[in-house]
Amino acid sequence: METYSLLREFADSWMLLVLFCVFVGIWFWVIRPGSGKAHREAATMIFRNDERPAPREEADK
Amino acid sequence: MNTGTSNYVKLVVLALATLFTMIAASYARDLAYQVHMIIFMIVAGGLFLVTLRATDEPAKPIPTNEYFDSVVRAGVIATAFWGVVGFLVGVVIAFQLAFPQLNFEWTQGYGNFGRLRPLHTSAVIFAFGGNALIASSFYIVQRTSAARLWGGNLGWFVFWGYQLFIVLAATGYLLGGTQSKEYAEPEWYVDIWLTIVWVAFLACFLGTIIRRKEPHIYVANWFLLSFIVTVAMLHIVNNISIPVSIWGSKSVQVFSGVQDAMVQWWYGHNAVGFFLTAGFLGMMYYFVPKQAERPVFSYKLSIIHFWALIFLYIWAGPHHLHYTALPDWASTLGMVFSIILWMPSWGGMINGLMTLQGAWDKLRTDPVLRMMVTSLAFYGMSTFEGPMMSIRSVNSLSHYTDWTIGHVHSGALGWNGLITFGALYYLVPVLWKRERLYSLSLVSWHFWLATIGIVLYAASMWVTGIMEGLMWREVDANGFLVNSFADTVSAKFPMYVVRALGGVLFLAGSIIMCYNLWMTVRAAPAKATLGTAVPAE
Repeated sequence: METYSLLREFADSWMLLVLFCVFVGIWFWVIRPGSGKAHREAATMIFRNDERPAPREEADK
Repeated sequence: MNTGTSNYVKLVVLALATLFTMIAASYARDLAYQVHMIIFMIVAGGLFLVTLRATDEPAKPIPTNEYFDSVVRAGVIATAFWGVVGFLVGVVIAFQLAFPQLNFEWTQGYGNFGRLRPLHTSAVIFAFGGNALIASSFYIVQRTSAARLWGGNLGWFVFWGYQLFIVLAATGYLLGGTQSKEYAEPEWYVDIWLTIVWVAFLACFLGTIIRRKEPHIYVANWFLLSFIVTVAMLHIVNNISIPVSIWGSKSVQVFSGVQDAMVQWWYGHNAVGFFLTAGFLGMMYYFVPKQAERPVFSYKLSIIHFWALIFLYIWAGPHHLHYTALPDWASTLGMVFSIILWMPSWGGMINGLMTLQGAWDKLRTDPVLRMMVTSLAFYGMSTFEGPMMSIRSVNSLSHYTDWTIGHVHSGALGWNGLITFGALYYLVPVLWKRERLYSLSLVSWHFWLATIGIVLYAASMWVTGIMEGLMWREVDANGFLVNSFADTVSAKFPMYVVRALGGVLFLAGSIIMCYNLWMTVRAAPAKATLGTAVPAE
């Protein structure tokens, strides 16, 4: 089979399926139970460290 | 770092660069190339002298306990400056279209519409938008990583290197150095220079994220990183060309025919998707919550928004090539993905707007927030209009007409312009440690001038675009076309004048902004205590 047809067939079938599953997987990962706390934490991080970088010691705790 | 030896390496590189560009300038086969080599020569030679004078001087230590904000301040100034320049050129070419006499005889070959048009598009997208993106990504990545920008003075290289790219692009267009690819006009050596600067930009950004003190990577950084990485990929693939000679600016594209067209619009549409959308969404996800002083409406939605945008946008390019040599299946694919793209776009708009839930009253008192919210409204409008125009039957009416121009400007002026102005109004008091902006009523003036300007612009372009499309397809009883091209041109005159006036209003607003920001730095009271986190209220 020529390269174009081979790649085309692969892209139309398995690759499409993989990409679709990864995308749906992201939805489930986002709404997984217990993610709410992590998301709240992330969403409010913009209100911390406005003036200067976090000191080094704190980072390693 | 051992500044001693690194300075000697720098001196050798700069001396060789100066020598090479001197030779290149004298061998130059065309004017654009010659001028560019002289610019390179002056920059490299000047840097050589500066580096030489600083050699064996004690190096200033880099303070790790504070953010690298000087480069962000420079970026803010550059954004405001290039914004005014880009809008001004836009107003000039709008009047040139309405009154062709403005293509003066003495400027032929340099200052006529064909030369100024790419100058305008690149000035607003890459100079104004690009500086806004670089400055805000440097600002955001430091704050959300709680770490100083990685790479020492590499941030300065990114900033000045990017300004050099802008100057090379702008002078190149005026002198005729162009590879005729829309939004990718700069010739091969300018492309190589931009690639070097962009890799340094990526290194700064990624280095800061890697050394972050926060466990999570904030969603704005995801958008900004996707913008940097994708633009690098698009830029390299679309600019694969072979120079005719290393002493001249002309180059030949490696792709040809419909493949070249497809690569160009894969680039072109994703420049819109990742430069003007993903990058500015990164700004939105930081500055809107900050200005509203509330976390984003739904962090879950923001993650889904991000991945949906990434998975869909890259396929939408072929909708620029309906009814061309491109196979039907490819343009249908582009059309379908463009329509699906409507969903994540509106998801993002809703997420931004709903961030104000419970704080809608702030819109009454805070014109900066009003500007950001209006920009989201324009984002919603143009991401509805875009998918609609990508439908093949709609496109048969709209393509090649001014409707496209109206669509682009409602997105670029409304969404990109207003969110950038909002970010500048947020950043200036913070970066120069002022208590507040100089004048909120001037912000209101800017807001209304800009909004009315955009409405005049978009409305006149809808009217003229649809009129033009209908005139082109009008046939008489015998099946002959009724109108000549020149008939549409004369019918469009009133709308062209209205459009130019809309541009004047938008430009006037941006000049008011510059005055207001200048006076904020000069005259607004300095912030009393460092402990407060509320800059502009």
